[in-house]
Amino acid sequence: MHTLDITIENLAKVEGSASLEIKASDGKVEYARFKAVDYKRFFTNAMQGKPIAAIPQHLARICGTCSNAHILCAIEACEHALGIQPSEQTMLLRYLTSYGLMIRDHALHLYLFVMPDIYGKDNFLDFDENKPEEHQLLHDAFDIKAAGNFLSTLIAGRSVHALHPTIGGFLHFPEKDGVKEAIKKLEEIRPAVLRLIKIFEELPWRLDRKTNYMALVPERFGFLNGQIKSSKGEIISEGDFRSHLEHVILPYSQASAYKHEQESYMVGALARINLAKDLLHSHTKESAKTALTIFPSTNIYHNNLAQAIEILHSVDDAIEILSSREFVPEPVIIKPPRDAVGIGVIEAPRGTLYHKVELGSDGIVKGGEVIVPTGQNQVNMEEDIARLVEELLPTKPKEEIQFEIEKLIRAYDPCISCASHFLKIKWG
Amino acid sequence: MAEENKKLKIGWFSFSCSEDSTIVFTELMNEHWQEWKKIFDFRHARVLQSKNILDELDIAFIEGAIASDKHAEQLKEIRQKSKKLVAVGACAVQGLPAGQRNLFNENQKKEIEALIARFAALPKVLKVSEVIKVDAEVPGCPMDPDIFLKVVNELVAELKP
Repeated sequence: MHTLDITIENLAKVEGSASLEIKASDGKVEYARFKAVDYKRFFTNAMQGKPIAAIPQHLARICGTCSNAHILCAIEACEHALGIQPSEQTMLLRYLTSYGLMIRDHALHLYLFVMPDIYGKDNFLDFDENKPEEHQLLHDAFDIKAAGNFLSTLIAGRSVHALHPTIGGFLHFPEKDGVKEAIKKLEEIRPAVLRLIKIFEELPWRLDRKTNYMALVPERFGFLNGQIKSSKGEIISEGDFRSHLEHVILPYSQASAYKHEQESYMVGALARINLAKDLLHSHTKESAKTALTIFPSTNIYHNNLAQAIEILHSVDDAIEILSSREFVPEPVIIKPPRDAVGIGVIEAPRGTLYHKVELGSDGIVKGGEVIVPTGQNQVNMEEDIARLVEELLPTKPKEEIQFEIEKLIRAYDPCISCASHFLKIKWG
Repeated sequence: MAEENKKLKIGWFSFSCSEDSTIVFTELMNEHWQEWKKIFDFRHARVLQSKNILDELDIAFIEGAIASDKHAEQLKEIRQKSKKLVAVGACAVQGLPAGQRNLFNENQKKEIEALIARFAALPKVLKVSEVIKVDAEVPGCPMDPDIFLKVVNELVAELKP
């Protein structure tokens, strides 16, 4: 088969609504269009006129599963605008918030979205409790997710649209009993996380295509601070990020895409582990030693393995922070508003997330911008889809190609809720 | 197969929203998956499976606000094929925040008008009950998990074959 016309409406087991159109003839892909079909909700326009204190909770509503990443990023942008330096304890609580998110969000993706493809099932709940291996996976999945959810709830108030993190600090502090319970739950799921890493380490799926990777590389592997680095060796400062990302308009999609120096690039777990695996927690490096020798990798399916390793790091570093610190109530830092622009950059589960807040001296926000990971991965994903289709066209039937495309898209773990929140389109 | 027939047929549908209630639903699964695996047949749930069928549902859960004519048509079809329909989360129940453009000032409206036209969005975003009859509502942003469980348990008790 050398010609192909595929339209997949409503891609399943991804976050949000997306569809895909592919046209190929004479063995060549004419186009692969990944389309966000979620309707725009205009979050950046709606920032105008809001008091700065309302911004983190407002931007959280861009996305359910990534909401705590949006809160943390928006808080950073607002604090930069106001000139607030958060306390050391606040930063640790933010790390813990981010670890709770990584554990539950990566686990949702790996078990509920990807695992059915590995086991030839459609729905993770179709796994058979009477088969020991599938029984184990069912329990592992919900135990890991529950531990991540518990950590998020303990530290941040809830795992979706967190209530405790705020500009200048936290509104509530974890009690000792809760901390003890969280450590116990995290220690209990560690063997399950190791089983998960093994599954993705042994998975033979491959699609290699050389591309560029970009991530925030911190001093201590986490998801909140550091410098933006690329696999080409560049270092981009947070304030300068916008001039390095070129906006690409997609007339067929409700989302926007980005390139860097005219080339596609990838953000997310694979980029982070490729660029910063040496910074992982020492227990993670020890327990995932053989899996980590695989990185740096250009195989997109290793994004799944990188996510599993990040769950382990999140568990290990959260245990260390929770075991070594006492959390005491601290007042929230308050600074008067000023005319300023604040930029927040963090690593969300799916990659680098940017928030910009333009603040007026009256404390009212004049505008802003949000750039999400899925927008940055869009062009790379379309190029990978084209490569995959061209590899399979000569030998595989259409149904199989379609399934392989879906597997590839799921490896990216795209988030369409984020991608279609609205990015200002500059016409022409 | 006989056992499959006794299960309640469930649909979970997302319209314009952040899908935060979907996430709360998958978190509630951490505690309830064994029970739900026994009593629910997920006929239509894009977040969980590829093979989705919209034929006859016992309970349809609707998340998100209605932003286009196509949304409204889909919603009417779901209503027609469902014994009970539950609106979950603030966007479905109140139309907000997904419908925040309804409250925009003239300036903001001007900024977005080209995009509204390009994607054939409705002039005003609607809450679910403005389009069809709703049997139960679970408010909250995201949906309140306790109210959700209460509504689910009541409907299961009422519909149990």
